[in-house]
Amino acid sequence: MTPAALSPFLSFPQALRAAGLPASPEQTVSFLAAVGLLGPRGIADIRRAAHAVYGPGPDRRETFDAVFDLVFMGRSLAAPAEGTPEDMPQARDAEGFDLMPEAEEEEPSGAEATAAERLFQRRFDAGDEDAMLRTFARALPAALPRRRARRMAPGKGRLPDARRAFRHMMRRDGEITRLPTRRRRMRQRRVLFLIDVSGSMKTGTEGALKLAHALVQGGERVEAFTLGTRLTRVTRALRHRDRTQALALASGLVADWDGGTRLGEALAVFLSVPRFASFARGALVVVVSDGLERGGPEALVSAMVRLRGLAWSVLWLSPLAADPAYRPETGAMQAILPLLDRLGDGSEPPAIAREILHFAKGARA
Amino acid sequence: MAVRRSILGIDGPEPLARAMRDAQYIADEGLSTAAYLALALGKPLLLEGAPGVGKTEAAKALASVLGRELVRLQCYEGIDSAAALYEWNFPRQMLAIRQAGEEYVNLYADTFLVARPLLLALQAPRDRVLLIDEIDRADHEFEAFLLEFLSDFTISIPERGTIRAEEPPVVILTSNRTRELHEALRRRCVYHWIGYPAPALEAEIVMMRAASVARDTADRVVAAVNGLRAEPLAKPPGVAETVEWAEAATLLHSQGVAWPRAFLRSIGVALKDQDDLEWVAPRLEALLGGQAA
Repeated sequence: MTPAALSPFLSFPQALRAAGLPASPEQTVSFLAAVGLLGPRGIADIRRAAHAVYGPGPDRRETFDAVFDLVFMGRSLAAPAEGTPEDMPQARDAEGFDLMPEAEEEEPSGAEATAAERLFQRRFDAGDEDAMLRTFARALPAALPRRRARRMAPGKGRLPDARRAFRHMMRRDGEITRLPTRRRRMRQRRVLFLIDVSGSMKTGTEGALKLAHALVQGGERVEAFTLGTRLTRVTRALRHRDRTQALALASGLVADWDGGTRLGEALAVFLSVPRFASFARGALVVVVSDGLERGGPEALVSAMVRLRGLAWSVLWLSPLAADPAYRPETGAMQAILPLLDRLGDGSEPPAIAREILHFAKGARA
Repeated sequence: MAVRRSILGIDGPEPLARAMRDAQYIADEGLSTAAYLALALGKPLLLEGAPGVGKTEAAKALASVLGRELVRLQCYEGIDSAAALYEWNFPRQMLAIRQAGEEYVNLYADTFLVARPLLLALQAPRDRVLLIDEIDRADHEFEAFLLEFLSDFTISIPERGTIRAEEPPVVILTSNRTRELHEALRRRCVYHWIGYPAPALEAEIVMMRAASVARDTADRVVAAVNGLRAEPLAKPPGVAETVEWAEAATLLHSQGVAWPRAFLRSIGVALKDQDDLEWVAPRLEALLGGQAA
């Protein structure tokens, strides 16, 4: 290949990195080798080679293709926001309400656009609950529920440890003086944190997201989603160590702040994506919501039955439950109450933190 | 990097796709390109996709194309190196010590070594294809351990020394994406995302896998299955379910059940979840309607 023909191949990894996609020198070498192997007879071959070697996951495919078009075809395309649309089924409710992220659809009307603008620009500022969040994150590893893992570790157990027993024997001329044993290790259960971001929860969502950040940072295997008129996975954004940055990223992903509540449908979408549903298997599921469902309760109830079937425990934290006189009287809450392991106080971040820490400890005892 | 343009006479994606078709697997251009590049560049092939799109089948087809034995390592949470690499047969070793008495006995001879899939693949890279199935089920530690294995293709056994493959073995990894894989692992692999096949292709797969099914039936089943996949189901039907549904409906039809009924009665082959069945029940006739004449 002439140096001039080579140049897009060399600028491609740089462009990928600039777009936030990983590209290592090793992959670039493979890419050149792959293009050599395929011929290539057309741009499609080069694209296929790029897909195979750089391996963008389906959620990054669009960004990747945009960079590819820019470098190899001189076509400039706006890189779409990251999401996970690949395994989202097309779910619509009776009124044709779209539960999917509705990127490149028709332009929103004036009022909607202004609302959207305001929602996107919602900012989170660091409050004085810093200390509380830090304490929460630190307390998590000890407090979160655990289960027996399949893997074994040396320790006082019932199962003989043949490997160590054999080593002992070798040292003592074939005699075994004591039988080493092993036992099952303990692993932290997955935690699934579902935050209702509808209008009625407006005052609580910021605190809940901060707690979700502390959870993702302090616990192992934590998944966080927001539910409103649609479902948004925010785990990846919350993995950023810096809280302000993480929350800004998360708030950029969530497009339905303070919208209506369609918990049932959003949960149904969650459960219909196998990848997401598997997050709930054997997990401690924490829902922060007032359960004020706009539609009928049927969708919410059937989704909760399925969620209950997957989860280890379901903890529902409602801001309304802070009032000792609160009795769940809406149809939806009444129906799902028997499915919950606990209906707790979700009014303030410290209360939510207490509920999570306390619930897990209580359940373990 | 050692590049081999031709592997057993296969010198491009198209010949490979043809060979896979002979092995009863229809690969689209993306898959045949990725698989060919993996073989030619000597890198592992990472296949991702929803459950039931035929990732494991693709591995089996590749092994059959290469005429090699498929060694499968099924991953699970808590899988450790003993299950993946090797284990000493302790009872046999103990017995050997007893029987040997005063004589010397080599306790670390081959007879006491129980080779597990990774070691099996290293011992005979020309005769075996290694399938590391559902890597997303294993935990991060195991993934990190695999990383080392996949870059050097060596295993060190303290009592025996290091075993190195004469050539990099053909390795295929599959993942259902229940969790994200580490970037470093992706980087070492050639990657392909397998989606649900396009309707025409899926109908072709049905015809190939189930000889008794008529073209017309295959088309109807595929159309209905695509309708089902668009619904928010807990367990959307995979390609295997499509094939089974077509087969089951054909069987019922041959026993005298009329067409739309044959599909409806055999729905349990495609949907295996009570909630899904309930959800779909009112819509099912419509999904099959028109074409289910």
